[in-house]
Amino acid sequence: MTGDVACAEGALAAGCRFFGGYPITPATEIAEHMSGRLPDVGGTFIQMEDEIAAMASVLGAAWSGCKSMTATSGPGFSLMMENIGLGVCTETPCVVVNVQRGGPSTGLPTMGAQADMMQARWGSHGDYEIIALAPCSAQEIFYQTITAFNLSERYRTPVFIMTDEMIGHMSEKVVIPPADQITTEWRPKPKGRKDRFLLFKPDENGVAPMPAAGEGYNVHVTGLTHDEKGYPVMSVEAQEEMMARIKRKILGNRDDIIMTEGHGLDDADIVLVSYGISARTSMAAMQQARAQGLKVGLLRLITVWPFAEDHIQRLAERVKGFVTVEVNLGQIHLEVLRAAAGRAPCHLVGHSGGTIISPDQVLAKIKEVF
Amino acid sequence: MSATAQASVMAAPEHPLEDLIRSDRIPHIWCPGCGIGTAFAACLTAMKASGIDLQKTCMVSGIGCSGRAAGYVKLDSFHTTHGRAIPFATGLKLGNPELNVVVFSGDGDLFAIGGNHFIHAARRNMDLTVICLNNLNYGMTGGQVAATTPHLARTTTTPVGNPESPFNLPLLAWASGATYVARWTVLHTRELTDCIKKAITKSGFSFIEVLGPCPVNYGRRNREKPLETLRLYRDQTIIRNNADPSDLEVDFTKKVVLGEFVDKERATCIENYDRTCRPAL
Repeated sequence: MTGDVACAEGALAAGCRFFGGYPITPATEIAEHMSGRLPDVGGTFIQMEDEIAAMASVLGAAWSGCKSMTATSGPGFSLMMENIGLGVCTETPCVVVNVQRGGPSTGLPTMGAQADMMQARWGSHGDYEIIALAPCSAQEIFYQTITAFNLSERYRTPVFIMTDEMIGHMSEKVVIPPADQITTEWRPKPKGRKDRFLLFKPDENGVAPMPAAGEGYNVHVTGLTHDEKGYPVMSVEAQEEMMARIKRKILGNRDDIIMTEGHGLDDADIVLVSYGISARTSMAAMQQARAQGLKVGLLRLITVWPFAEDHIQRLAERVKGFVTVEVNLGQIHLEVLRAAAGRAPCHLVGHSGGTIISPDQVLAKIKEVF
Repeated sequence: MSATAQASVMAAPEHPLEDLIRSDRIPHIWCPGCGIGTAFAACLTAMKASGIDLQKTCMVSGIGCSGRAAGYVKLDSFHTTHGRAIPFATGLKLGNPELNVVVFSGDGDLFAIGGNHFIHAARRNMDLTVICLNNLNYGMTGGQVAATTPHLARTTTTPVGNPESPFNLPLLAWASGATYVARWTVLHTRELTDCIKKAITKSGFSFIEVLGPCPVNYGRRNREKPLETLRLYRDQTIIRNNADPSDLEVDFTKKVVLGEFVDKERATCIENYDRTCRPAL
């Protein structure tokens, strides 16, 4: 099946029961598949009037007690940013898939890119932390969609799957395991007296329990800066406390959230840093380089946000340099540069989108700079 | 304070809506002379009187003065982004069809930035009750022109008069497919409360426009003192149920028509979805 269909199947396996969408190439197949499958499992699909509405409906469904999601591409991702911010501020679990295509604007609708990575990090206004995963195959997007739902429920936050047209439209073998081999998580539920419940008072792990509408908690949920009760408070102190909580629950659980995969890192002189489709390019380049006697390793970012800066920092102490491989003009490259902090040179193999990067380009860069 | 006076304070009757108000959030932000509080009270009174399960009832608002309503109601309440109350409410209702979902917001929120969502929710016949407090301008930001501001009216962004024409909201709701449409002013609280009660208990997309004064921002710039606005509501309105929706323009130089304009049956979005997409279940 294609990556898009595998993503939809992963969502269903994770327990997603609401999809609010809007058609957009190259993510439409996710909506199409969900529209056919959700009614069978007691869920609901709705095609909204635009991506702004789609994202709003996803948040509403999350507060009704459903696991909910949407899927889009660059232009739709831009429109969703407003309510993604509401999701972050109100600590609403949900999953947003971005099947990236070339931008800016309408760009290259049918041709892939990885150029929305910084938009995923900073696209909505204000400071915040976000979780973003980047699958590199149809099989992995199946599993990562489940992981994305689990992380969103565990940390009460929107989680992004930052895939790309290449993965989304690629047909590969996907094994769907029996349901009893899939772990699914639910948002922590409140205990104790309903009238004393505080909607944003975190437990030890930094995450507050979350009831659904209709359960008798009389919750107030607002995009205004709010206190632990959820009430708007316009003060420097309330802002600081809310922001600290939103950041702490992600950054304080970095070890649980950040997933990477290392290949040949033990003896590597040169480390390729990559994710998504470009990680496969990088893998091929690494193998070719190794065959030619070059000690090249690969750090594949499975979690892109929060960024694996500790991994880069540790490697920067002992390697000769980094080459970031991504289909954009240097986004995660800037993060590698920041984390390496001058201890190792950082180079980029990237282009402005429309096709994958060939392993030859990566190999040529390695030979050119090291 | 004498012992007698103290005792009488102690014995003061509880506000009839005490159980539906977040008293710990009072005082509210609404200005003296504002109409929102009256419409809000009518809404809460109607909710109580309707006999619906209040634990299963939510209020969703957008941004603006009327958008603050969700912050004062002691129910599950959602103060969302500007214009997006209806799609948020759509997700709530579809995610759990047992919920009664009431959208309470303003004219700027529902009909300018959120206009697209309004017409599509009406087209789908989403099972929502949408109450729009229409004060003819953007109050929260200090009185700018809205999609409902009368032609030639002055606002901070139409200093010499509004060159544009306003929406006829009941006509828009009717044309988009709403199955219940009514309009009242905040002076007509009994009729308003009755209509909200009816709308809440009726399935499908219900829309109620409530004309309310904004003396601080709109009235001040249009030589209309708060009491004068209420006089207009009394003298320059006419109740005509089932009036032709195209005759419902808000123009106080003529008579403004109030009443219940649409009350019909049509399968709701959820009924149609279940019937079409999962007939076997």
